[in-house]
Amino acid sequence: MSTEARYSVGIDLGTTHCVISYVDLQHSGDEVALMVLAIPQLTAPGTIEEKPQLPSFTYLPHAAEIVEGATALPWAAKPEYLVGEIARNLGSKTPIRLVASAKSWLCHAGVDCKQAILPVDAPEEIERISPFSASMAYLQHLRDAWNHRFPEHRLEQQDVTLTVPASFDPAARELTVEAARAVGLHQAVLLEEPQAALYSWIENSEGDWRNHVHVGDVILVIDVGGGTTDLSLIAVTEQDGNLQLTRVAVGDHILLGGDNMDLALAYTVKAKMEQESGKRLESWQLQALTHACREAKEKLFNQPELGSMPIVVAGRGSSLIGGTLRTELSRDELNRVLVDGFLPQVAVSERPVVKPRGGLRAAGLPYVQDAGITRHLAAFLAKQKQATHELGHAAPAENASFLHPTAVLFNGGVLKAAGLAERLMGILNGWLQAEQAPEARLLSGADLDLAVARGAAYYGFVRKGKGVRIKGGTAASYYVGVESAMPAVPGLPPEIEALCIAPFGMEEGSEQALPNDEFGLIIGEPVRFRFFASKIRREDQVGTRLETWDGEELEELDEIEITLPEEGKHPGEIVPVHLSAAVTEVGTLELKAVSNRDDKRWKIEFDVRAGDN
Amino acid sequence: MNTYTIDLALRPTTFDLWHVCLAGTVAVLALLLIVVLISVLLGMRRCKRHVPAAPVAPAIAPQPEIKVVEKIVEVEKIVHAPAPEPVILKEATPDAALQLLSLLQKEARFIDFIKEDVGAYSDADIGAAARVVHQGCSKAINEHFTLAPVSQDREGSRVSLNKGFDAASYRLTGNIVGEAPFNGTLVHKGWQVTDLRLPKLTEGHNAKIIAAAEVEL
Repeated sequence: MSTEARYSVGIDLGTTHCVISYVDLQHSGDEVALMVLAIPQLTAPGTIEEKPQLPSFTYLPHAAEIVEGATALPWAAKPEYLVGEIARNLGSKTPIRLVASAKSWLCHAGVDCKQAILPVDAPEEIERISPFSASMAYLQHLRDAWNHRFPEHRLEQQDVTLTVPASFDPAARELTVEAARAVGLHQAVLLEEPQAALYSWIENSEGDWRNHVHVGDVILVIDVGGGTTDLSLIAVTEQDGNLQLTRVAVGDHILLGGDNMDLALAYTVKAKMEQESGKRLESWQLQALTHACREAKEKLFNQPELGSMPIVVAGRGSSLIGGTLRTELSRDELNRVLVDGFLPQVAVSERPVVKPRGGLRAAGLPYVQDAGITRHLAAFLAKQKQATHELGHAAPAENASFLHPTAVLFNGGVLKAAGLAERLMGILNGWLQAEQAPEARLLSGADLDLAVARGAAYYGFVRKGKGVRIKGGTAASYYVGVESAMPAVPGLPPEIEALCIAPFGMEEGSEQALPNDEFGLIIGEPVRFRFFASKIRREDQVGTRLETWDGEELEELDEIEITLPEEGKHPGEIVPVHLSAAVTEVGTLELKAVSNRDDKRWKIEFDVRAGDN
Repeated sequence: MNTYTIDLALRPTTFDLWHVCLAGTVAVLALLLIVVLISVLLGMRRCKRHVPAAPVAPAIAPQPEIKVVEKIVEVEKIVHAPAPEPVILKEATPDAALQLLSLLQKEARFIDFIKEDVGAYSDADIGAAARVVHQGCSKAINEHFTLAPVSQDREGSRVSLNKGFDAASYRLTGNIVGEAPFNGTLVHKGWQVTDLRLPKLTEGHNAKIIAAAEVEL
């Protein structure tokens, strides 16, 4: 077995599905042969099938639930967790034992992702697992599936790229890398999903992409996946006569995707069915209804001549004919619920509706309250109005109220529906027209379902210097909160200043030290800092202190924590340190405390226990 | 008149050809006698060996006489018709068939549908259920089989089958006379499975349970 990587492997660790794609690095010739791995997985107890996608679900079975030996996989007689299709199938009827959307939890401020908290609704006796272990279980399954298929070229020895949402914060990225390391993938690097989609488009164009984009273009990548909507802006610039791509902005973590759409349809149809039949639908029937709605939706979108689609839900007993409920989903309902509900025709000045949350929401993911994707898009473009300012692009027109993208790339299965894609383009172009800007064009030819995994595999190729690379760097600038030197006022919390420790766009493999500001850290005692990020302050340099800022400019992340180990020093001793930030080759942000006396370095952990403060 | 008297005391004084022939005949006859005796003895021995086997059969079967008759018939068959070419029939593995039933039941409620008495329901009700079955069957079949038509021609068009065509792929019907090429109308385009992806089963999986009974707690 050689230690040289034979394949570049891209792993799309999605909220609802995982996909592995790979490229043979030894393959000669210009065209890149991208393959998608068929992943063997249990689909029911005792049944193993190969499927291109591994559903990102974990099921925690009761000891008496499954026959001994019925969960065997080709590589393990009794895997620790049930993941994939079987988990989704069993979980549809027993949701209290189903772990879903583990990935979204990784980016959920306020919970410890290594604490066994999932499933949230599980009764006491079920042994829960952490979002981190769930992610690990998926990676482990993918690794084993690969090693089963390529025993000669183990995944641990290949070039591995993991994709993460562009909106993942440093802590979530760190957790993803840690999970990969825990299953032996020490070499894995990270890539943002919208970038992966663009790589896939570049690869797919077979060199022709240069004719489709021009210097000065701003490409808006809209990625509506199963569980999240991810937005990125990528600018096209020129250097030494070559086209260059730079990712200039990413959007917020929006928990809104295709699953929400199917669910919204299912609830609409459920209400109608209950009214027509006079029977109440049980919760498990909603699952079947969601499937039926998804199929009906795809048919209606793809066949414009259809006026409506029948929807049937079978009863659960063996009497099929007597127990089946029937209704119809009409085109009007589809348009009302999906097109108007999720892509409302709004002005670019509109913003997502945010209602104040009532109290602590410890259990449950922070799903967005406003399902209008177009409102989130409007907010993103307005917020990033200045995103291309530094690149020497033509300055936005005087009256521009938002950044004007010139090209759009879609990703994610939802936008396969021509009706939705056209609507989204229509609204965006409406905004552009209103400001006398040219219409944005759609970059076509992307495989919306598998683009991310394919792009990630291609990225391994690019890292070898074999194609254009998107310049990215950190998608935000980062700050720690320091108490300002002001006399304390009783009854008021001390004023806080934000001290920039990492500027916007720090490239992988670069480091920035904090020159002047010193902190005294006490040995053996944890010290916590408030931690902030800004996706729009591009000009702040390391050491910049912000005394005031707009609420929108800076968003607060989980706290960071430093504990200096004793290591031969006396507990209680105070050590003066600098904070320094580095972006690792892997793509994670690393914060270190550097001792001023002996240059000793300590890693600062992203705090994962912010929930208990 | 000649009188023949047998003088037993008479001894041949000369040993002529007549005597040689006589002695030879005696020797040959004696040899024959010995061979016959030996073969009879051997035959009797063989018979004796068979004898102890016979009483075993009645001991197993309560009707010994019927058994004996059967045996005779068998022997006759073997003697009269020399063994024909053995036809090896492929044994269909039951697991694959059970798997398919299980898939159709899981995705399409197929067994439920077939086992239900359709006479008791209106066509509208049956139609609604048929949609479940149709959607599910099409999903199960498409997921596990890749199907392609045998003939690429349009149904109803004229086709010509040359000599040596595959009679398993194309079935001739109607006025089958003459020699190839055969010209006719394509009535059905045929179906063939070009790829098959049946699930694998774990050791000890009971494929006969097509759908487990469900008990909700």
